[in-house]
Amino acid sequence: MKHIRTVNKANLKQTAIKGGCGKCQASCQSACKTSCTVANQKCEKDK
Amino acid sequence: MVHKFKLNGLNIVLDSNSGGVHAVDDLIYDLLDNVEPPFDAECPQRVLEKLSKSYDEADIKECYNEIVELYNEKILFSEDDYEKYAKLKVASPIKAMCLNIAHDCNLRCEYCFAKTGDFGGGRKLMTFETGKKAIDFLLERSGDRQNLELDFFGGEPLMNFDVVKQIVEYARKREKEYGKNFRFTITTNGILLTDDKIDFINKEMSNVVLSIDGRKEVNDRMRKRCDGTGSYDQIIKNFKKLVSLRDKDKDWYVRGTYTKYNLDFAEDVMSLYNEGFDQISVEPVMADPKEPYAITEGDLPRIFKEYETLSKKMQELRDQGKFCNFFHFMIDLDQGPCAVKRLRGCGCGNDYVAVTPDGDIFPCHQFVGIDKFKMGNLDEGTFNNDIKEYFSQAHIYNKPECKKCWAKFYCSGGCNANNYNYAGDIHNAYKLSCQIQKKRLECAIMLKVIKMLEE
Repeated sequence: MKHIRTVNKANLKQTAIKGGCGKCQASCQSACKTSCTVANQKCEKDK
Repeated sequence: MVHKFKLNGLNIVLDSNSGGVHAVDDLIYDLLDNVEPPFDAECPQRVLEKLSKSYDEADIKECYNEIVELYNEKILFSEDDYEKYAKLKVASPIKAMCLNIAHDCNLRCEYCFAKTGDFGGGRKLMTFETGKKAIDFLLERSGDRQNLELDFFGGEPLMNFDVVKQIVEYARKREKEYGKNFRFTITTNGILLTDDKIDFINKEMSNVVLSIDGRKEVNDRMRKRCDGTGSYDQIIKNFKKLVSLRDKDKDWYVRGTYTKYNLDFAEDVMSLYNEGFDQISVEPVMADPKEPYAITEGDLPRIFKEYETLSKKMQELRDQGKFCNFFHFMIDLDQGPCAVKRLRGCGCGNDYVAVTPDGDIFPCHQFVGIDKFKMGNLDEGTFNNDIKEYFSQAHIYNKPECKKCWAKFYCSGGCNANNYNYAGDIHNAYKLSCQIQKKRLECAIMLKVIKMLEE
């Protein structure tokens, strides 16, 4: 494409099907005790 | 849902529902204001007429085709079809706990949400007996969850460190019986850190949150001792020591709060960096708008500018081959949390609870002391599943403003406690916080786009 560069490789949709295993950290347990951010957490499913 | 923004000379397009992030030229950027599904085989005449004043017609047609191609690949204008997952997996096991080991504190931070440490319920330290019950509660209710998280919190947890050590020892023993893995965090103001405590923390805690606000004058204005003197000189040396002795594979953050008094908080992040800390979280204060230090709507333009300044500083460090991780600019566009996780945020009241020194259970540390949200008591062996059910339903599709927001899969509905405290209900978006969150996300995505384009 000449006009668009897609920078990510993954699609969130694919994560929904096998998601929800709950191995990941609760987001509030990291360094945010007041302003919830979830997208900066890691997926730990295969660890 | 498509969100586009210009930042740092880039045109960025986010397809919220797929997580697709695209760097585009001006023509695509403008064309996206004029087209949406269903798409025709060719660019509609009305669009050509409108944009041909500024752009070449052949280019417009070419861009239209590129947009349609991404649409067909389901990474632009993709459907939001996640609501079915919000209705599944409701009765979650409990896997995380904030253990308020001390409802007391040796600092008198002006902005303290915990009312100087006692949460309004009197100064108390948790006993080992209550701590054991908390561990047992978590083990018994954790179902198939293997990783259990426990944050020693307060007040100031170092004021009750002997009990912290006893609880860690007890949990380490019991985790084997259950085939679980405890991951401990401690959040401390650093005043009582000694070599022995540092050794223990660095051995046992998988994460450490070190509270400090940045520049000395900024820190000491808010984070004061009981006699009114500042805490900076003591904590900075303690934190440096802890970090220097910590294994590289273990997490830690210095974490600060910014207020109306330091809207130039990028300077505080840089001050922490220049003191040798490269894992940094600095967040806005959450406070009653009547407080003089509270952030208010009028501060937002200044705050937005500051996040842009901070993102440029982070980019400069990267360009120089240096490392600095600002917590709220962390984002993984490829291997971040799954869509199911993103529907409910922190999971408070559902898979995450807080326990007080009296053994009272609340949805999280921010709800402690609000009677209507008391979920039970460890001594009495009570637990109110209705409250758990209520929080389990607090997903983005039950939050009207979140449902239509482009950032919903990044903040996941925000902090329920802030929503309740400042917007009246856990389902209502606390707009001040939302606006700051969205700006941070734009900066985070922009930094990621620059990195990926370089690669």
